[in-house]
Amino acid sequence: MDLGLDVEERDGFAVLSVRGEVDVYTAPRFRERLIELVSEGKHRIIVDLEGVDFLDSTGLGVLVGGLKRLRSHDGDLLLVCTQSRILKVFEITGLTKVFSIFDSVDAAVAGGSGGGTSP
Amino acid sequence: MADPTVAGEVIELEIPARAEFVALARLVVSALAASDSNLADERIDDLKLAVSEACTNAIEAHSAAGSSERVLVRCRAGNDSLEVYVEDRGHGFDPAQLPDHPPVTDPDRLKFERGLGIPLIPALVDEVEFNPTGQGTAVRLVMRLSGNGTGPS
Repeated sequence: MDLGLDVEERDGFAVLSVRGEVDVYTAPRFRERLIELVSEGKHRIIVDLEGVDFLDSTGLGVLVGGLKRLRSHDGDLLLVCTQSRILKVFEITGLTKVFSIFDSVDAAVAGGSGGGTSP
Repeated sequence: MADPTVAGEVIELEIPARAEFVALARLVVSALAASDSNLADERIDDLKLAVSEACTNAIEAHSAAGSSERVLVRCRAGNDSLEVYVEDRGHGFDPAQLPDHPPVTDPDRLKFERGLGIPLIPALVDEVEFNPTGQGTAVRLVMRLSGNGTGPS
């Protein structure tokens, strides 16, 4: 099973684009990539979930862990997601209140840099 | 030609209790669910997620118990429901003993990176049961096919 993890820089943010299925098998790679970014000093991270076909609670755990790690560095983790089947997982678990979720990377860059729609 | 139907059929799959096989369980169950036109795509996605959570839990139970046995996934297609059983041979657990998560607005909520799956399942399927089997736990997931329900949430 293929998991794509691509990183690019955008206006002071590291944008991590995730592709494929995030489950108990692939989540460790996702977790390691996030931890790597944080240890490289990237404390403002946007995780783009638009290319994700499937995400279960193991994927949520990785994101919660990443957010916690970044907040301890005064950083932040923003999400980009418009797919209803992925958003649903966040809604059921109440995590929409924990994460700032944006419609696009542009909106996350703009929102995370000031204007702020964070909860 | 008669409409193809899977009603009355039972499909059984035994997967090695390893993380890479959860995707196979999802694939088999969602393909079976998709062959029944009475289940909307959105509900197939819900079932697929519930199966993923149940199998992940089963595999973690095997790992905790040091069991090398397989996890059984059984699908029973009825006229008005699709049932999926996920049976593990781990040590078993009591869902009532799981710790309550703090409210999501509580900063302590971020301490919970695991254990998010079991609370998710009841919101996805019409019925769920966790039954001890002596060897482990059997999770029974039921998706009703009648009507156009979108789950109990």
